[in-house]
Amino acid sequence: MKKSGIVSYGSYIPRYRIKPDEIARVWGEDPENIKNGIYILSKSVPSPDEDVATISVEASRNAIKRGKINPSDIGAIYIGSESHPYAVKPTATIVSSAIGANFPLFAADYEFACKAGTAGIQNVKAMVDSGMIKYGMAIGSDTSQGAPGDVLEYSASAGGTAMILGNENVIAEINHTLSVTSDTPDFWRREGEPYPTHGERFTGEPAYFKHTISASRMMMESVGMKPQDYDFAVFHQPNGKFPTRAAKILGFTEKQYKDGLLTPFIGNTYSGSMMTGLSAILDIAKPGDRILAVSFGSGAGSDAFDLTVTDEIMKMDRESAPTIKRMLADVTWLDYALYAKFKKKIIFGDAIE
Amino acid sequence: MGELSRMWRETDHRYRMVGEKCGNCGKVYFPPRDICPTCHRDSIGKMNNVEMSGNGVVVSFTIVHDAPPAFSRQRPYILAIIKLDDGPTLTGQIVDTTPSEIDIGTRVRSVFRKISEDGHSGVIHYGYKFVKDQ
Amino acid sequence: MRLSNDVFILGTGESKYGELWDRSLREISVEAGLNAIESSGIRTKDLDAIYMGNSLAGMISGQENIGALMSDYAGIADEDVPTLRIEASTASGAAAVHQAFLSIKSGEYDLVMVGGVEKMTELYGTEMIDISSSILDREWEAFFGGTPAAMAALSARKYMKDFGVGKDVLAAISVNDHKNASMNPIAHFSNIISLDQAMNSTPVAEPLNLMDCAPQSDGASCIILASESYMKKEGKEGVKIAGNGISQEYFALHSRDSLYSMKSTVSASRKALDRAGISLDDVSFAEVHDSFSIYGIMALEDMGFAPRGKARDIVLSEIGLNGRIPINPSGGLKAKGFPYGATGVGQFVEAYLQLMGKAGKRQIADPEYALLHSVAGTGSTSIVHIVGGE
Repeated sequence: MKKSGIVSYGSYIPRYRIKPDEIARVWGEDPENIKNGIYILSKSVPSPDEDVATISVEASRNAIKRGKINPSDIGAIYIGSESHPYAVKPTATIVSSAIGANFPLFAADYEFACKAGTAGIQNVKAMVDSGMIKYGMAIGSDTSQGAPGDVLEYSASAGGTAMILGNENVIAEINHTLSVTSDTPDFWRREGEPYPTHGERFTGEPAYFKHTISASRMMMESVGMKPQDYDFAVFHQPNGKFPTRAAKILGFTEKQYKDGLLTPFIGNTYSGSMMTGLSAILDIAKPGDRILAVSFGSGAGSDAFDLTVTDEIMKMDRESAPTIKRMLADVTWLDYALYAKFKKKIIFGDAIE
Repeated sequence: MGELSRMWRETDHRYRMVGEKCGNCGKVYFPPRDICPTCHRDSIGKMNNVEMSGNGVVVSFTIVHDAPPAFSRQRPYILAIIKLDDGPTLTGQIVDTTPSEIDIGTRVRSVFRKISEDGHSGVIHYGYKFVKDQ
Repeated sequence: MRLSNDVFILGTGESKYGELWDRSLREISVEAGLNAIESSGIRTKDLDAIYMGNSLAGMISGQENIGALMSDYAGIADEDVPTLRIEASTASGAAAVHQAFLSIKSGEYDLVMVGGVEKMTELYGTEMIDISSSILDREWEAFFGGTPAAMAALSARKYMKDFGVGKDVLAAISVNDHKNASMNPIAHFSNIISLDQAMNSTPVAEPLNLMDCAPQSDGASCIILASESYMKKEGKEGVKIAGNGISQEYFALHSRDSLYSMKSTVSASRKALDRAGISLDDVSFAEVHDSFSIYGIMALEDMGFAPRGKARDIVLSEIGLNGRIPINPSGGLKAKGFPYGATGVGQFVEAYLQLMGKAGKRQIADPEYALLHSVAGTGSTSIVHIVGGE
């Protein structure tokens, strides 16, 4: 059996950005503390007319364009998010219509905090391997919520990435994937609540670090790799600090993790976070490059992937869809007032809306 | 209260800009229509689905300040008439830009966006808008 | 076969145009109707039929079935007078006149009332912008944020760019309307505005501002039409409907060949002039559908009062009451007011008053023919009438 893996990939990051200085100004905090404390220099903000469906569609279209994929060859679509526009009614159906996928189609929305998108990757990989489908698309996408004044407001951002998996024309083979799972309530949002709640420092050691580091070590052990054997490592990035610290604990160097570390510039795109980091790596990777990619979802669990970039990547015109570098360069800055309007934090009266 | 089937049946047209091509004269139409205004009855049964590229050029534009309720959060917004490279001309919003960046002749491409919502509990209507083509 | 039985305007009546907070849809209709009955010297029960022009009562007032409502409240529920509502959005009034005209032409009726009514001020908030957008293509214009003002602005920007025309040319239409309306006691606005005021008011849909846009007015207008045989038999005086034309064009603005020419107006005006057997030079004055200033400019060019792109040569100097071609002596849609369904009928009231020499301070000297121009939506239907002559 041919080894399955990533056939194409595409991302979308809204062009609007806000700086911690602007948020800190409103809440009377010291922006330098934020920048040093969580290492976030700016975060992306969705337009008033953007949500997880629109972001997912744009990311999917970029993946389809880049891989020259015929949408009717896509047999499954799974979308991971914790900000699906509907509580009941799938985002996956909207995406399937918007890309022109076939009526016979496996589809569902997933939720596992920030790792539902990578759970989707594992799902479609299994379906490709079993011969159920030719291509499958997994999307991680969020317009994440952070309560005004909460520390999450500095990081909760918007963006998403679509990965198309198959076993022909594979640009990055998935050598192995595994997951760890435990019931650890570090971060949650109850049904009907507008903003999530987090356990503050509890989100660190027992949650993010335990799961991310365990999954990474289990992966390296099972494929017989050491940190120095990898060209790139990318982790879930709730802020700029956590993934850097995890990388260092595991023994990775800055050279290995810097290209996939996007949170300092776009904030935490939740379900899109690790996948968008991987997208940035694929933008620049060369044949033979080895990548360790590990997501983390609160609640809690981690999905780990060991990938090898193939010669096929040189046949792909990676510039035919927007690269992460391009989306990082082309931005429009918002002040807090416009940000509040965009994020619907201003309550409109009935007379207006 | 809300709008369902009327919106739903336009899904392909608004999500993917599926228009029609007259099988008799070859002219492309978007928005779709069942009868070609050139070929009349000769076109009946020969209007075939065709997907637009979504790329085009601004024919005219306005900045709308007096907005209906569905667009109050976006006001002022840019509304334009756009001539698609595929042939047809249509009406749509240009987003993610400022009016000073847009002029007659500016090239644009389509994006997938939320158009309106049926209140807080109703269906969300999606469709095409345009952004400046970089 | 064209019948020789001409149709005449026997009398007219109107309500005040404007914000009539304390008056209902039915009250202003009845008021206009009774004024027309009074002016004609007839009795309501003598009517063979009534046609009512109305555009939006269903959405604004939640009231359809306007025809039956109006005949009942006119007090003729027991008199068996067929009453129908005619809808052609902002041209509903002119369309109702046309239907009444045909009913007399056919020989079926001799005495017909045509009313037009709209209550535009019943709602608060921006809901009215959505409702008025129902005159556009709901699925492919209004759905994406198109409003009547926005569509007119798209025409205006393209026109201004292609012909290097400034805002002053558009503003001149509104200035002229306000000046004339100041002499019309039923007009919505009685104030005169300067070119500078007109050019620099609040933006609505750029490049159009508040002074480029007709207001939301309540109002009702009514005329009584009669056959030639009725006029002769009763020894009445009136004004002849000399010619008319209705023309269609693509529904949505984006489907048209030009953003600043309404083909429907070009052909409707030609038909009307042909049927009246006159040329544009014979027209003494015109009432044009300037719901937005740019539409006034386009109308002047589409009908041939000015070459394409050259309306600027006449609007700043020749459209006043004493000018070469007086435009909108009533005050037009901008200043007399714009109750959608009433507007087209209201133009006939003005034509009647002017041609009978009853227009008071705004009277044009010895007019012979009036041209009346009414438009549905952004030009999907145009209706042109020529009134006057022997």
